[in-house]
Amino acid sequence: MIRTQRPAAGVCALLAALAAGIAFPGQAVADETTQAAPKVELVLDVSGSMRTADIDGGTRMAAAKQAFNEVLDATPEGVQLGIRTLGADYRGNDRKEGCKDTAQLYPVGTLDRTEAKTAVATLSPTGWTPIGPALLKAADDLQGGDGTRRIVLISDGEDTCQPLDPCEVAREIAAKGVGLTIDTLGLVPDAKTRDQLSCIADATGGTYTSVQHKEELTDRVGQLVDRAADPVVTPVATEGTGQCSSAPALKSGLYTDREEFGQQRWYKVDVRPGQELRASVSVAADRAVNSDYGVLLRAVTVHGREIVRGEASGLGRTDVISTGLRYPKAESDDDEDTTPETVCLQVTNSFSAAAGVKTSPGLPVELTVDVVDGPSQASDVASFGLGRGWWLLGALVLTGFLAGLLWGWVSRWRVAVWRTN
Amino acid sequence: MRITRVLSAALLAVGVAAGPAVADSSPSPSASSDSDAPTQAGTSFRTATEIDQGQQATASGSTGDYLYWSFPADAGQRPDVRATVKLPDSHAAQTWQLDVYDGLRRRQACQYGAQTRTAAQGTASVELACVMRTVRAWSEPWANDPLPGTYYIRLTVVDLTSADLGQPVSAELKVGSKDIGGAAAVDGSLAKPLVPGIAVRSESDEDSSSSTKSAVLSSIEPDDGWSSGWWTDRWVWTGIGGVLAALAGIGGYALTRGHGRPRRVPPGA
Repeated sequence: MIRTQRPAAGVCALLAALAAGIAFPGQAVADETTQAAPKVELVLDVSGSMRTADIDGGTRMAAAKQAFNEVLDATPEGVQLGIRTLGADYRGNDRKEGCKDTAQLYPVGTLDRTEAKTAVATLSPTGWTPIGPALLKAADDLQGGDGTRRIVLISDGEDTCQPLDPCEVAREIAAKGVGLTIDTLGLVPDAKTRDQLSCIADATGGTYTSVQHKEELTDRVGQLVDRAADPVVTPVATEGTGQCSSAPALKSGLYTDREEFGQQRWYKVDVRPGQELRASVSVAADRAVNSDYGVLLRAVTVHGREIVRGEASGLGRTDVISTGLRYPKAESDDDEDTTPETVCLQVTNSFSAAAGVKTSPGLPVELTVDVVDGPSQASDVASFGLGRGWWLLGALVLTGFLAGLLWGWVSRWRVAVWRTN
Repeated sequence: MRITRVLSAALLAVGVAAGPAVADSSPSPSASSDSDAPTQAGTSFRTATEIDQGQQATASGSTGDYLYWSFPADAGQRPDVRATVKLPDSHAAQTWQLDVYDGLRRRQACQYGAQTRTAAQGTASVELACVMRTVRAWSEPWANDPLPGTYYIRLTVVDLTSADLGQPVSAELKVGSKDIGGAAAVDGSLAKPLVPGIAVRSESDEDSSSSTKSAVLSSIEPDDGWSSGWWTDRWVWTGIGGVLAALAGIGGYALTRGHGRPRRVPPGA
């Protein structure tokens, strides 16, 4: 767009491209990714209620099996997929036994489609619905590796193994591991199931879908597995402290942390003269929070002077509230002086929750830090101090005209003076 | 004789200078081909689906999902985001909202457009729009003016009855932009566009050992690269202004001299 219309800029761009090509020949390649393999575990409810025939005329189990078969066929290369069942084996009435009933049907690993399908075919609806324990086990199954990890939970009823609240379980799993998401699919549109499954999803930044038709189930599970295959930067876990002096020193990158209601978190970043610090922070609402909330990110010197702040507030339903800041550190007069300045970053949130809501683990915090070269400062409001518009032309023409007149008169006067002499 | 020569030279200069300006005034939405338009959306800033300006992105999801996209916007552009959400056949009244965030995840204001809209019970679709402020090449660190770089779009339902949660919906999204041109050309520029993770990216470029590749937060870039910030039509305006001033100066001078040689100048002077 610019290149064709702006010849000069085009030449510049071309030169820049050439220079960049020489400097970083591997750039295009470097954008590709070979990350640790993403891991997905499908957790299927095989409780007795899955026998109900209310999905497109077939049983819920039949719909789930068909969906699994199609998803197994379409699973992208490189995704390590496992299957776990809950309530598949224990037929009895003992609640204690029934709530332990979760088994790994197919281990998380490189997918053998035939084997996985055979395993799925053997399933028949049997027992209880121990969602909480199944999620805990699933999280264990996915342990290891730095890739993204995703649990897809398909269930048709609420957990029958209280008091272990699966929603709390989900939150704790998410707090323990980095980059784990739980997506839930409900096969029954009843309020209790919906509330529980959407709570599980919200606790981990996942999604909740209510399924009424076979193809919806297939599409959605397929979509979630595909999503896991997308390369994503895995954040690095860090732990901010209550004051700057003891704060962890961060470099450019993506970090996660946890922050309780009303807590402060401090981090440190070194910025050399002529560099610019860019930081952004998102605090996620992973539980039921009150509908007014905010986040504040401050850059403070080691002596406690505030340099710049980013603040955001919001109201209503949300997943995260985020803000960011930039701090270009001025070039030092002395070229030799490259001593970095330690900038303290303070993160606070103003989320609040009703009395019954658990406050720990804290809310997930995502922090990005980028230290780049500083901007070239503006010396004028307008680009290069240039002017624009009819007023400018008018002013210049008038000035030019007056200057011409003046020059003419002056030279006439000089001629007159010369003639008199 | 001399005056005409000067005049024609000046006119020529004006013509040359005005060339780029004339070309520049034509609208320039770079219509990318829709063949590789994304068909899904991300669910967080980190996983936002990257789209180009002019692309028609689609996504399917569930009511209650937070759908994220990201697009590049360069200095002098005034992006506008338009989204249509197709709602399920039966639903209660629900409110949808479109939010735009910049590369620092700061929420960006919409100048106009229905950013939040309530779909009445049973409505088939809801349309949302956001016309952002013009992207500047530079701003003070304390301001939150839009700067060149990545922009995130978040589309979600903000008010709904819980019975509607999880219902299938699909969304269409298109980002266009208007070229504001020199009127928005400010001095100063960023060394790097406001693209998250760009510091990490350039570090790994320097390492350049092709075996160590990693995912990036945002690999977004306009089709023709980020503008250098050197060009603005203010050069043309100022140039023309200078030429006109010179002409006016010549005119003014000529006015004081009258036509031809003064009558009473002695021969040989």
